[in-house]
Amino acid sequence: MTQTKTKSVSENAAHLAAAETFAASAPGPDWLRNLRRNGVTHFTELGFPTTKLEDWIYCNVAPITKLAFRPATSAGTDVTAQQLAPFAFPGWTGSRLVFVNGHFSPALSSLPAPQPGVTITNLATALASGDQLIESHLAHHAGVDASGFSALNTAFIADGAFIALAPNTIAAGPVHLLFVSAPGDTANTAQPRNLLVAGANSSVKVVEHYVSLGGTAHFTNAITEIAVGEGAHLEHAKFQEENLEAFHVATVQVTLARDSRFLSHSISTGAKLARHNINLVMTGQGVDCVMNGLYAVGGKQLVDHHTVADHAVPHCGSHEYYHGILGGHSRGVFNGKIFVRKDAQKTDAKQTSRNLLVTDNATVNAKPQLEILADDVKCTHGATVGQLNDEALFYCRSRGLDEVSARRLLTHAFASEIVNRITVEPVREHLEQVLWGRLEELIEKK
Amino acid sequence: MSQPLIEIKNLSAGVNGKQILKGINLVVRPGEVHAIMGPNGSGKSTLGYVLAGRKGYDVTGGSVIYDGKDLIALPPEDRAREGLFLAFQYPVEIPGVNNTYFLRAAYNEQRKHRGLEEMDAVDFLTIVKEKMKLLELPEGMLKRAVNEGFSGGEKKRNEIFQMAVLDPKLAILDETDSGLDIDALRIVAEGVNKLKRPDNASIVITHYQRLLNYIVPDFVHVLWNGQIIKSGGKDLALELEEKGYDWLIGKTAK
Repeated sequence: MTQTKTKSVSENAAHLAAAETFAASAPGPDWLRNLRRNGVTHFTELGFPTTKLEDWIYCNVAPITKLAFRPATSAGTDVTAQQLAPFAFPGWTGSRLVFVNGHFSPALSSLPAPQPGVTITNLATALASGDQLIESHLAHHAGVDASGFSALNTAFIADGAFIALAPNTIAAGPVHLLFVSAPGDTANTAQPRNLLVAGANSSVKVVEHYVSLGGTAHFTNAITEIAVGEGAHLEHAKFQEENLEAFHVATVQVTLARDSRFLSHSISTGAKLARHNINLVMTGQGVDCVMNGLYAVGGKQLVDHHTVADHAVPHCGSHEYYHGILGGHSRGVFNGKIFVRKDAQKTDAKQTSRNLLVTDNATVNAKPQLEILADDVKCTHGATVGQLNDEALFYCRSRGLDEVSARRLLTHAFASEIVNRITVEPVREHLEQVLWGRLEELIEKK
Repeated sequence: MSQPLIEIKNLSAGVNGKQILKGINLVVRPGEVHAIMGPNGSGKSTLGYVLAGRKGYDVTGGSVIYDGKDLIALPPEDRAREGLFLAFQYPVEIPGVNNTYFLRAAYNEQRKHRGLEEMDAVDFLTIVKEKMKLLELPEGMLKRAVNEGFSGGEKKRNEIFQMAVLDPKLAILDETDSGLDIDALRIVAEGVNKLKRPDNASIVITHYQRLLNYIVPDFVHVLWNGQIIKSGGKDLALELEEKGYDWLIGKTAK
């Protein structure tokens, strides 16, 4: 035991030293400085998770700890608008906030036209203006001690997206948050902290999009906290297409008030190692939420989704659909927890996880985890891992499609089932382009 | 008499080493409708799958000459491109694939094979709408995913719709009548009749005589234990309806 501890401390030493320095010197109100110090304290205790922890059993983060830790302190000025062209959604006319290495770049961003009751800005600006909402929400949804990564992100809170809607306001258009990692000599780590607060009966659609410039390794450690007020509707799409050397660890933590609607998408095609935590907590009755996810990976990629649907109160519905397409020697992990607390009667929770293995060397660990303490509920789950259906292949061929075309069609269809749930068309179009390319690679390299 | 469209000679085939077809002989010429009847388990569906080229249905003997070619040597997609069509007994659901998109992909594969240019979405839609009218299909069906969430009747009608669009030389209808109510049966059968021409042919596999009230066959064959044990004209179907299969089966058992 002693040995393990010593080892973990030495692996964290650089991260810890940097966190201590940052927390001691970074500006901000007292509550924020305390919060960062709290992050340092928890990171000191937790360190990086090891595969001995149940939640990290299939996700070995040791390679992250070995990557030099160079957190960015600003957006820098090296990235040009032209470099971002491949990440634009076709025909997009809405606003786009660009963050370079986790820090807001006003020069690359186009903010929406001002709208009463709607705040769409970056966290640093909102903090400087003294917005009271931040203190009452930041780190109130996502636990500082959820993991060493959460603690580390908290120690480094500086910037990210901040979106707030006053009650009864409907955002004029969807918001594209583009997180660009541009790894270089001075910075290779981005730790954005995003906060979305939707007041009662408000509505907004937000796309969180993670990309890389160049092919060198970098580390993204992101947290997004979302508070959805009574009767509010929010659609949140997260799309991770970072380079194949990248490490991506991120949490989306959502608190859902009475009668709110929440639609979550997580599409993950990039990174050498991607870990997504998506946690939905229903705190009021009548909530309806959907968790929709797709991962398409190959080579030696690892993609891990840990989701939680926490039914704390009665009469809520959660529907979860996750599809995985795995080629090469890639590995996928899906761990879907459904908690139904003691009083959460009339819960309607459904979860399906389907995985398509394109090669013999790809593997998946799909684990539904249901903890049901109420007795009058409807909960279903199903997980499948396998190849394309032979019958469907024959059906396509009997109509004149050759075997490769039939495989392509069926694989794409499997992905489309998920992508089609995204309601913002330009986002769907961009995803389809990226996915088509990705799936072609996976099928061809078979 | 015209050249046979398909000539099946002493065809034997099995699944997983189990012999199911034990020497089938059948000749179908252009313009003809052949009905294949027989009790469950006699090998009717196996014959359909073997002709369409399903993996796992292995030919162990005999030959099939289709339109002058060795059918068994062709992969399933080439059989389709040469104008052979199997209407499935249990059409497969393909979630995520739009019905029109699927059909156009199939249609264009067949056109490419015949050295024709691919057809664009607009022109294709014109053909599709014309065929839908013929089969009294609701247009909403075009926008849905292939067979997904379709009722049994809708699936069968979708098969005939695909057949109408792909315009095969030889259509094999595998129990297209099973699971259909009388109205759906009438629509499906009328569709098949409207598509009948002097230069195409169909093999109608059925368990019941009922379908043959609507699609009048030129020949009726009874399949039992992997062999055609009796052939006749359309009156044979009526005789079977009246007497069942026992008198025939009993005859061969002895």
